[in-house]
Amino acid sequence: MNKKSLRSVFLNGVLTENPTFRLVLGTCPTLAVTTSAKNGVGMGLAATFVLIGSNAVIALLRSLIPAKVRIPAYIVIICTFVTVVQMLMQAYVPELYESLGMFIPLIVVNCIILARAEAFASKNGVLLSMADGLGMGLGFTAAITLIGCIRELIGAGTVFGLPVMGPSYEPMMIMILAPGGFIVFGSLLGLANFITSYREEKRMLREEAEQ
Amino acid sequence: MNELSRILLFMLSCVLSHNFIFARFLGCCSFLGVSSKVETAAGMGLAVTFVMGLASLFTWVVYHGVLVPLGLEYLSTLSFVLLIASLVQLVEMYIKKSSPSLYKSLGIYLPLITTNCAVLGVAILNVNNDYNLLYAVLNGVFGALGFLLAIVLMAGVRERLEVADIPKPLRGFPISLIIAGLMSVAFMGFSGLGG
Repeated sequence: MNKKSLRSVFLNGVLTENPTFRLVLGTCPTLAVTTSAKNGVGMGLAATFVLIGSNAVIALLRSLIPAKVRIPAYIVIICTFVTVVQMLMQAYVPELYESLGMFIPLIVVNCIILARAEAFASKNGVLLSMADGLGMGLGFTAAITLIGCIRELIGAGTVFGLPVMGPSYEPMMIMILAPGGFIVFGSLLGLANFITSYREEKRMLREEAEQ
Repeated sequence: MNELSRILLFMLSCVLSHNFIFARFLGCCSFLGVSSKVETAAGMGLAVTFVMGLASLFTWVVYHGVLVPLGLEYLSTLSFVLLIASLVQLVEMYIKKSSPSLYKSLGIYLPLITTNCAVLGVAILNVNNDYNLLYAVLNGVFGALGFLLAIVLMAGVRERLEVADIPKPLRGFPISLIIAGLMSVAFMGFSGLGG
């Protein structure tokens, strides 16, 4: 395996393989908790913590866990970190804990975390795995905060609770209800695809010109 | 209102107004992942129904029979996940022995169910809402039937999309999400039904 630098692994998670827009993993929390920007940040950071912790522990134990029972073992490790996050949030940010509700325990079945454990942490060292967890987590946080901002802006006329649209703005309630989540996420995903294919095309053209 | 009509309304609201996909956002991953063909979607939906019914029964029993008396509620997530994983394994083994034809059609979907958030979601919902055993099981079974309805409808639409001329960046997931959004608008029409 070629040598990977911490920085490239980190950037890979944030941009190139952004879990939300490029890999389309973890759609449930992406849709469910993004009714406001604040919820997006809270959920993203909670997931980031779990990702870093579980990636580190799994990387540490990767030679000890037998391949046959690896998935249950991973789930138990992830579950431990989720329970830690759940109790910490309940104690220190009870308001956020209330608004995220059942989606905090559901971080356990967030496909991003199991996918990273299987695809990255089980094959790489502790530091690299933590960098991957941090990158993936922050990429996820950025993506769901963006979706949260857009939905909050259109649906309530505020961003992070601050009014930005002026008093005459009539909020479109539908954006903070269920349909808004699907539609905003779908449109952003289309936009991300468009940008990627546009850049790809430009790169190909440039390569052709060089030849 | 008498008990029977309350139960009927509760079942209806699980399927329609509190639909797992369109109102609660649970199980979206498999909803988007396995909804490209009606047949596979129906297979997945049936497998989920089966497991969710059993899971809500067993998790209720474990939570109220073991965790609460011992004061171990904080272990609920961990024990639910392990319970669901072993349940899925058992169901898989049982179906493999008893009905190989059903196993063939459901086989590949069964392991996927472990990470379907709808199954863990229903267990947590049952605990959060303090349902009794009957309501918990009904919530599991009829919630899963709502999932089945959603995924089959979605697969029907997506089969038609195969031949439609969609702008390139929107193909695949983006257009499916936007369609799910529109379907969700339609399902909002049921809100208020059954309380």
